[in-house]
Amino acid sequence: MTPIIDYMALSALLFAIGAIGVLIRRNVIVMFLAIELMLNAVNLAFVALGRRIGSMDGQVIVFFVMTVAAAEAAVGLAIIISMFRNRETVNADELNLLRW
Amino acid sequence: MPQWLFAFLAALAIIGALGTILQRNLVHCVLGFALVLIDLGVLYMGLGAVTVGFLQIIVYVGAIMVLFLFVIWLLNIQADTGVRGGASLSLKLVGALAAAALAAELFVVFSHAPKLREVRTIAPAFGSVATLAHVLFSRYLIAFETTSLLLLAAIVGAVALARRLAGQSAEVAAMPSQPGSAARESRREVA
Repeated sequence: MTPIIDYMALSALLFAIGAIGVLIRRNVIVMFLAIELMLNAVNLAFVALGRRIGSMDGQVIVFFVMTVAAAEAAVGLAIIISMFRNRETVNADELNLLRW
Repeated sequence: MPQWLFAFLAALAIIGALGTILQRNLVHCVLGFALVLIDLGVLYMGLGAVTVGFLQIIVYVGAIMVLFLFVIWLLNIQADTGVRGGASLSLKLVGALAAAALAAELFVVFSHAPKLREVRTIAPAFGSVATLAHVLFSRYLIAFETTSLLLLAAIVGAVALARRLAGQSAEVAAMPSQPGSAARESRREVA
């Protein structure tokens, strides 16, 4: 049997990779994917810890996170489409209209 | 889950995650992420969360990833500059260092939690549809019903945001039919 700490280590690693992705890429779609990657890393921690304490709550929270991620993806991608219509770019550095 | 299977799945997840953030072609990024999601679904099942594992594959890979692919194809984004373009080198360096520090910090915290090393057995019904549904429709009933409102708001919001307004239609509607426009193509390449 794999101890829970291995799952937590994998979760931490995936979260860090997602954080790097948000920081080094300027393409908004890839940044969005990296954010989803971080959400999934946390989901893995929830399921693993829920199993450790023998409670279903971790899985229920993962269920809700998935729902929120679906809503977020729909609205976020709609925003990206609407941004691309107006500026014809998905580069976050070029979307600087509100920059001070 | 035996240790070798976990090691294999963990390696696959990390390869997929690195592919997600490092590849130039956006479709490859999405496919790398789909690999991570399927992999995590299998890990959930290995942890006993069978229902959540299947939901992960159906909802994430089946719906959210397909939505991402549709948007990439709809916008017709050909290639990306990948990691070489994008953020400045100093930001990349600082970002990579900060993320490495975050991972190291989490590792230290987890390694100081001795209870995480114990292995526990679980009841056979743990994570089944019936058990999950029982919790979901008793203690989390209000939250569950609220998510339906959230999804409704998301549907309406997505349609309202992505809808083409009457005023902006003419030039934008012609966009996909003029692939030869040099300036537009080059801008798209840069993006």
